[in-house]
Amino acid sequence: MSSGAELTSQEYIVHHLANLKVGEGFMAVHLDSLGWSIFLGLVFLMIFRSVAKKATTGVPGKLQCAVEMVVGFVDDSVKSTFHGKNPLIAPLSLTIFVWVLLMNAMDWVPVDLLPHLIHWTTGMELGDIYMKPVPTADPNITFGLALGVFILIIYYSIKVKGVGGFIKELTTQPFGHWSLYPVNFLLETVTMLARPLSLALRLFGNLYAGELIFLLIATIGLFQLPIHFLWAAFHLLVIPLQAFIFMMLTIVYLSLAHEDH
Amino acid sequence: MDINMTLIGQLIAFVVFVIFCMKYVWPPIIGAIEERQATIADGLAASDRAAKDLELAQEKATAQLKEAKAEAASIVDAAKKHEAKIVEEAAGKAQAEKERILAAGHAEIETERNRAKEELRAQVAVLAVAGAEKILERSIDAAAHSDILDKLVAEL
Repeated sequence: MSSGAELTSQEYIVHHLANLKVGEGFMAVHLDSLGWSIFLGLVFLMIFRSVAKKATTGVPGKLQCAVEMVVGFVDDSVKSTFHGKNPLIAPLSLTIFVWVLLMNAMDWVPVDLLPHLIHWTTGMELGDIYMKPVPTADPNITFGLALGVFILIIYYSIKVKGVGGFIKELTTQPFGHWSLYPVNFLLETVTMLARPLSLALRLFGNLYAGELIFLLIATIGLFQLPIHFLWAAFHLLVIPLQAFIFMMLTIVYLSLAHEDH
Repeated sequence: MDINMTLIGQLIAFVVFVIFCMKYVWPPIIGAIEERQATIADGLAASDRAAKDLELAQEKATAQLKEAKAEAASIVDAAKKHEAKIVEEAAGKAQAEKERILAAGHAEIETERNRAKEELRAQVAVLAVAGAEKILERSIDAAAHSDILDKLVAEL
């Protein structure tokens, strides 16, 4: 905490939790979240594309080995859960896993590092600098991902089962009697909507909480160093786990969408 | 939580990234991995096959060596037999030759003896006549008594 003695802890935290925002209301865009998100997505694609371009079937280089390890891990996860044939699922899972992992990893960047770098390079006042570098701690980002997954769930449900089959699935279970169909529909709709909602909120909640604790630790002065280290070490678990859960649940939901009862 | 256009931006980025990954990233990498897996599997199978082949070749070589040894032994055997036969034959021939030479010798000796006998016989007649002449002096006419002498010679 070095952003000025005039700030209280509460003001400091609120300031650090505010996004760099352009525009008003619904038309606003969080430049920091979206910028970092796209930047990290491009980092992922550039690294993997560079390997894909010169992928050799012979003895692989070290980078290719590392990339192949990730690809093999995702491929195994997909194959163990998704038993249909769909060329989209595996690349989708890979994108989600690595991208979310990278976005989560931004949690390790010390909370004051980026604002201070901007302060030193541009001379802007720290109070005017808004920079929240963890995209997955922004609900817009996690809901954006979850919405994409949700659209795919609906798309494949209708594609595999047909419109009639999809409606039938929403209305004829869990209760078999026709008079209970409206109840079924209500239950199934809630189930259906709970999937992307839980997907987005789980990721957002974990990373937002992690970010918040980092900010709290940053307000306690010199003793923050060992505590900060402990919390960062704990994120060795949280960061890959949340990325893996997001990927795994996406595979499971799409696998369910492909199942014809 | 304020939801705004960031969500839409993220959704678009998500779609673009996934499509890019599906078209240009995933297929080459997974293709390389699977091809390498196939190559390794082939290599392992080939080494297995080579080991089996080697074992078979060794077995075959051993069998051939055994066969060759047996053949060599049989050839040596046959040669020994042949040799014995030749020696036997030579011995037989030598024996026959010896007998023939002996027989010829005997025959020659017999002829010689007969000839000597004949000569002896003729000389005995002459000697007998000469002796008789000496004993009788001129009392006996050789011509008048030649028939008796001839008889005597024939009796010898």
